[in-house]
Amino acid sequence: MSVLAVAGTAAPKAAPPVDDERRHSRIPYLLLLPGIAWLAVFFVVPMIALGSQSLQEGSIEDGYTLTWHWQTYTEALSQYWTQYLRAFWYAALATLFALLISYPLAYTIALKAGRWRNVWLVLVIAPFFTSFLIRTIAWKTILADNGVVAEVMRGLGLLNWTDDRLLSTGPAVVAGLTYNFLPFMTLPIYAALERMDRRVVEAAHDLYASPFTAFRKVTVPLSMPGVVAGTLLTFIPAAGDYINQRLLGSSQNNVIGSVIDTEFIRVGDYPTAAALSFVLMISIVALVVAYVRRAGTEELV
Amino acid sequence: MTQGAGADLHLMRLTKRFGSFVAVDDVSLTVPQGSFFALLGPSGCGKTTTLRMVAGLERPTSGAIHLGEDDITLRRPHQRPVNTVFQSYALFPHLDIGENIAFGLRRRGVARPEVKAKVAEMLRLVQLEGMERRRPGQLSGGQQQRVALARAIVNRPQVLLLDEPLGALDLKLRRQMQLELKRIQTEVGLTFVHVTHDQEEAMTMADTIAVMNDGRIEQVGTPGQLYDSPATTFVANFLGQSNLIRGTVSQADDDQVLVDVHGVTVGMPAARSRASAGDTYVGVRPEKIRLVRADGAVAADGENELTGVVTDVSFVGVSTQYLVRTPWGQELTVFAQNIGVDDRVRTGDDVRLQWVAAHTFALDATVPIDAGAGVDDEAEAPVDAHS
Amino acid sequence: MLGRALRWAREHVVVFAAVAAVAYMFLPIVVVAVLSFNQPSSRFNYTWSAFTWDNWANPCAVPAVCESVFTSLQIAALATIVSTVLGTLIALALVRYRFRGRSSTNVLIFMPMATPEVVMGASLLALFVNMSLPLGFTTILVAHIMFCISFVVVTVKARIATLDPAIEQAAMDLYATPAQTFTRVTLPLIMPGIVAAAMLAFALSFDDFIITNFAAGTGQTVTFPMYVWGAAQRGLPPQVNVIGTLMFLVALVVVLAPALVRRRGPLAGSLPVAR
Repeated sequence: MSVLAVAGTAAPKAAPPVDDERRHSRIPYLLLLPGIAWLAVFFVVPMIALGSQSLQEGSIEDGYTLTWHWQTYTEALSQYWTQYLRAFWYAALATLFALLISYPLAYTIALKAGRWRNVWLVLVIAPFFTSFLIRTIAWKTILADNGVVAEVMRGLGLLNWTDDRLLSTGPAVVAGLTYNFLPFMTLPIYAALERMDRRVVEAAHDLYASPFTAFRKVTVPLSMPGVVAGTLLTFIPAAGDYINQRLLGSSQNNVIGSVIDTEFIRVGDYPTAAALSFVLMISIVALVVAYVRRAGTEELV
Repeated sequence: MTQGAGADLHLMRLTKRFGSFVAVDDVSLTVPQGSFFALLGPSGCGKTTTLRMVAGLERPTSGAIHLGEDDITLRRPHQRPVNTVFQSYALFPHLDIGENIAFGLRRRGVARPEVKAKVAEMLRLVQLEGMERRRPGQLSGGQQQRVALARAIVNRPQVLLLDEPLGALDLKLRRQMQLELKRIQTEVGLTFVHVTHDQEEAMTMADTIAVMNDGRIEQVGTPGQLYDSPATTFVANFLGQSNLIRGTVSQADDDQVLVDVHGVTVGMPAARSRASAGDTYVGVRPEKIRLVRADGAVAADGENELTGVVTDVSFVGVSTQYLVRTPWGQELTVFAQNIGVDDRVRTGDDVRLQWVAAHTFALDATVPIDAGAGVDDEAEAPVDAHS
Repeated sequence: MLGRALRWAREHVVVFAAVAAVAYMFLPIVVVAVLSFNQPSSRFNYTWSAFTWDNWANPCAVPAVCESVFTSLQIAALATIVSTVLGTLIALALVRYRFRGRSSTNVLIFMPMATPEVVMGASLLALFVNMSLPLGFTTILVAHIMFCISFVVVTVKARIATLDPAIEQAAMDLYATPAQTFTRVTLPLIMPGIVAAAMLAFALSFDDFIITNFAAGTGQTVTFPMYVWGAAQRGLPPQVNVIGTLMFLVALVVVLAPALVRRRGPLAGSLPVAR
């Protein structure tokens, strides 16, 4: 996705007291019905169907039957485990770089921008109004072999280990991923910092903390909910993304998303593709749960 | 839904339970038509919940609410001839002041020219003429409060409910608004039910006060009645300050009641005592006590006297406040008005406490002696968080 | 002298980093805009050769480009309407009412936002194929509505949560029926949130590729992102850059317009002061 999904960063407030009427009426069910039904039919059911598909055997011509063929999973995993790892590795790197780039940006907007805050926010969001694909293709121009960036890096000897190329390499993919998810990282951190009570930092200074110590021991922990939200909003889509890899990388650095796409659309091996998808989803969920539990935040929505 | 014609508001055995928590416990009250009635109590005592039940914003677990002959217990809020001034004012931010005030009139289908006239009349009443086109966000807190009031009053409800409307104002403004509200109520003649935790506010404004605690009514009466003849220790401590001393009734007849207080006999007219036998709390307000040096004049006929030692003297401008330790170790408070008599009573002096017997009262001793005493009436949650 | 300069630099290093970050963000946009004036020497519009106004004069010189844009606009418009309505209803239920299954509903709303697009797209394709549905406009639309709902719910929910519930109670206290309370008080006050949600849904739908690609399958319908993807393989006409730059400018205007209107509009100073 190219534009902001960061609306979820509003402060979770305690639910207001609800009077009796609202506790027992049927109205909420009526309100929920159409939307939830849509999600149930077009999200939940397909997921179940996907799960079921992963345990089926057959072909497009002959049709599929549910045979509980577990082996599809083990076969798919043994064949494509490198692509999984590469996808997670790229996503992790991209998340890290995005964090490093976004934190100073979010910090500036929240704490140093003053009246210009809205201008900054527009500047952060605006570039991402252009189509995600077009922007990524633009990186092909920027990182092109005969472009300025590649020339400079070649001159510095940084490209010796990639055949003197910048494009069609792993680093290019990571660069693209990092770029595309910057606002997803910046805005939640900004929201958390903006909500922070500055006087707590002043209290830290009053208690003999140097600016850097105050930052490390007060600001950073208080901004953690934003950091966690940002990393999740970045890592989860990045792990499944393959557009960056296809446009900026090469067949040498395939990621799992790309494999799933190929298996589904080109090869047509639905059970394998379904199994791969499920493993991807479950591993992301597992990573997220472990991460969130360690980071200790509760409300995400 | 009848408007205009006044009616008494009756709360009959009203109870509200949230799960296992009883917010309002068997409350029965009558609010006379046209009076200024205050529901007074500390935060969490159930007064706001009671108010919301009258407004229709909460449904009673049991009990009934009657307006005159009309049973409105289960009616929805928009069907009741009752309006509320909310603690947070709850003005409609997207409408201007004129539209805010006109809101209720429009919903009831009042004709346009009449709406215009009534809105103008209201703005004059709350002294905000010319502000119809302004937005709530452009007004100060005090002004918003007046708009909230106007918005409710313009509908001439049979009962106007005010949920701590002055809580968000600073002290000076609050005092001003207290007088304003009283003036408006007298001028308009509506029944006001005012919920507050500020006992001074209640005593200033109300004709009748009902003191609530823990979901129950402690006492109902005029400010004078509640202050001079508190019925329970809670009322005695919550309104102003009281000296309460434990004792045992030694003699009780139709004329007077005598109580033995640690060896000293204290007497009062029979009407002033709520206990006729056994343990009791003898009470007297600090400002009713005269502090006299041990070698000063003796108590006159019809006066009670205790002895003690001064432990603290605080000059407070209007008065001097003394803490006196009695022989049995209790500290009593005395407020002496500073009228220039140079007594020079100092810490450590032996003194005599004298007061007119008729100023004494005696209470039921089953309730803890400090009920209502340390209650912090500054801290007030804006909403009863009982869900 | 140097010491003061160094200290100034150190205090403002964070701001420098921020400015650098923003410059970095705009870099591809600039490239896209510049290349939109390019007259490419090959099929691919990746390197600069000559300046021309042609592309802007004839943005639809390659018909497929404009057709795909039109298709995307249609889908986005419809998806926005449906998902905004459905999502707003859900948000109202979640914030203003208590009911059983509230936390499960929250989880269900959250899940599409946390699921990789590849997985969602793949599962939808599997469903459509199983049901033997013709792949194309309708299936794409259905998919878009599905993933937009969650974002609408989150956005509108945030807005509703800032609304003092006493305001709606005041409306009922002032003789407004529940229906009147909703139309005259609640709806106008949450409208900014609904508008924001609609804009978000539109942007998400217009720009979506992965799920769209799956949902379109082997059908004839081509959305703009699908066209761009294919063109990246076959040959990218500069008109694509024109459309990209146009998207940026239009979106910029849409975002800035409310800020300019608010200066003197009807809602100026309407945010209440009272607690």
